Amino acid sequence: MGSASSMLTQYDIEEVQEHCNHLFTQQEIVSLYKRFCQLDRNAKGFISADEFLSVPEFAMNPLSQRLLKMVDGLNFKDFVAFLSAFSAKATVPQKIEIIFKVYDSDCNGKVTFNDLNEVLHDLTGSFMSEKQRKEVLSQLLHEAGYTKESSLLLHDFIKIMEHSGLKMEVEIPED
Amino acid sequence: MSKLNTSSSELDLDRPNIEDYLPSGSIQEPHGTLRLRDLLDISPTLTEAAGAIVDDSFTRCFKSNPPEPWNWNIYLFPLWCLGVVVRYGLLFPLRVLVLTIGWIIFLSCYFPVHFLLKGHDKLRKKLERGLVELICSFFVASWTGVVKYHGPRPSIRPKQIFVANHTSMIDFVVLEQMTAFAVIMQKHPGWVGLLQSTILESLGCIWFNRSESKDREIVARKLREHVHGADNNPLLVFPEGTCVNNHYTVMFKKGAFELGCTVCPIAIKYNKIFVDAFWNSRKQSFTTHLLQLMTSWAVVCDVWYLEPQNLKPGETPIEFAERVRDIISVRAGLKKVPWDGYLKYSRPSPKHRERKQQSFAESVLRRLEER
Repeated sequence: MGSASSMLTQYDIEEVQEHCNHLFTQQEIVSLYKRFCQLDRNAKGFISADEFLSVPEFAMNPLSQRLLKMVDGLNFKDFVAFLSAFSAKATVPQKIEIIFKVYDSDCNGKVTFNDLNEVLHDLTGSFMSEKQRKEVLSQLLHEAGYTKESSLLLHDFIKIMEHSGLKMEVEIPED
Repeated sequence: MSKLNTSSSELDLDRPNIEDYLPSGSIQEPHGTLRLRDLLDISPTLTEAAGAIVDDSFTRCFKSNPPEPWNWNIYLFPLWCLGVVVRYGLLFPLRVLVLTIGWIIFLSCYFPVHFLLKGHDKLRKKLERGLVELICSFFVASWTGVVKYHGPRPSIRPKQIFVANHTSMIDFVVLEQMTAFAVIMQKHPGWVGLLQSTILESLGCIWFNRSESKDREIVARKLREHVHGADNNPLLVFPEGTCVNNHYTVMFKKGAFELGCTVCPIAIKYNKIFVDAFWNSRKQSFTTHLLQLMTSWAVVCDVWYLEPQNLKPGETPIEFAERVRDIISVRAGLKKVPWDGYLKYSRPSPKHRERKQQSFAESVLRRLEER
């Protein structure tokens, strides 16, 4: 689909739907396109980091910088694919996978103690000391059968969080 | 409301707790012993972020909704074409003529009055007020403004300040044609700025500059001086600080509400039947906006002058501002959002993120202790 056009053809919608594994309905893809065009102010075909940060609710989020690395510069197809993990139709392993990707900032498929510490730091800011964070993490890792030196893989994440009743859904407005 | 800590950031003192308004359903209090999965599970935070990407109330405030096209039919289309010809070919030149006549009359009366009556201040002010009201009426006529005023007209009394919701700079013209207010406005470049520094200056208008932080104290002082002066024109303030699309109201700045005087709310609602009066300053210049208005059929709006309000005992200025915003929003049928209009030009302060971080950290530490 052209970056300047603000009209999606049926072929475009089906292509995007294919790319996100049919996790969104065609109507939702049309609504997401409207939103994409709204955020992409000068019709470049992607949304820049600055444009994401102009949404105050997003800028205020503790994980905004990490998410920004994942969504900055995505074209519409990949934008929808990214958001598909938040669809009500997505499976729990798919949702856990995106959580894993947020932790795994260097994209090497392994989440180290350091990665865990950094995300916890994002979430707690200056309200927990480095020492407290490391202590909590070591203790909980140990109880779950891991050590400080272990690198967690995706299937470890799935094992840990599978039955925790994970709910991570976003509703696409009809508009 | 007293949960606000004294923080170094100035902007924060201007508004009440955003968390009171934002949906906090995602942060449920977790129960049970703290486990690894509780720390790994960042889904509430991620859901909020994804939710903000997909839709957020702030962007909605500044969206200009284009009207539904109605000319998609074989007979509607020619009708619409005829309408375009009438609007651009007949109405627009007529309106330009009316406006030109108005300006000629105004300028030829204003300068003599301004310079010749230098000694007779009371009379001069009265005539200048009348002339400004006149030119504003000409402006309103140039867009075929159909304005219905409800409620008692503003009276010139000391220790009162008028506040209104803001959709476009034409709000000022619509209100000014009824009463010659002194307005507090952002200083603009170009021909608007010229008008500001010459004619509007004589009404007692006050200018500010959004981008200068020190500006706020100077402006606050000027406001106070004006309001307490017995002979000054009634002061009009748009506490939102920016133009909003007339479907929502953003947070009111507390500046107008802590002057110790009566606040008279004014609600303005535009009917989008012929044209959308929202001035989307990101998308068009004011001149383009005016031209758009002048080539439409009419600008229809309602203005309600509402009951004057005073600070209630025990109420903070911020609560007072929110109460007045509520009165205006209800009257004009606008939805309230908890955002500061200035976020259009700057990023939110880190204080909001810090609040979330604090509550999460405390929850983790508390559950750790409970084990």
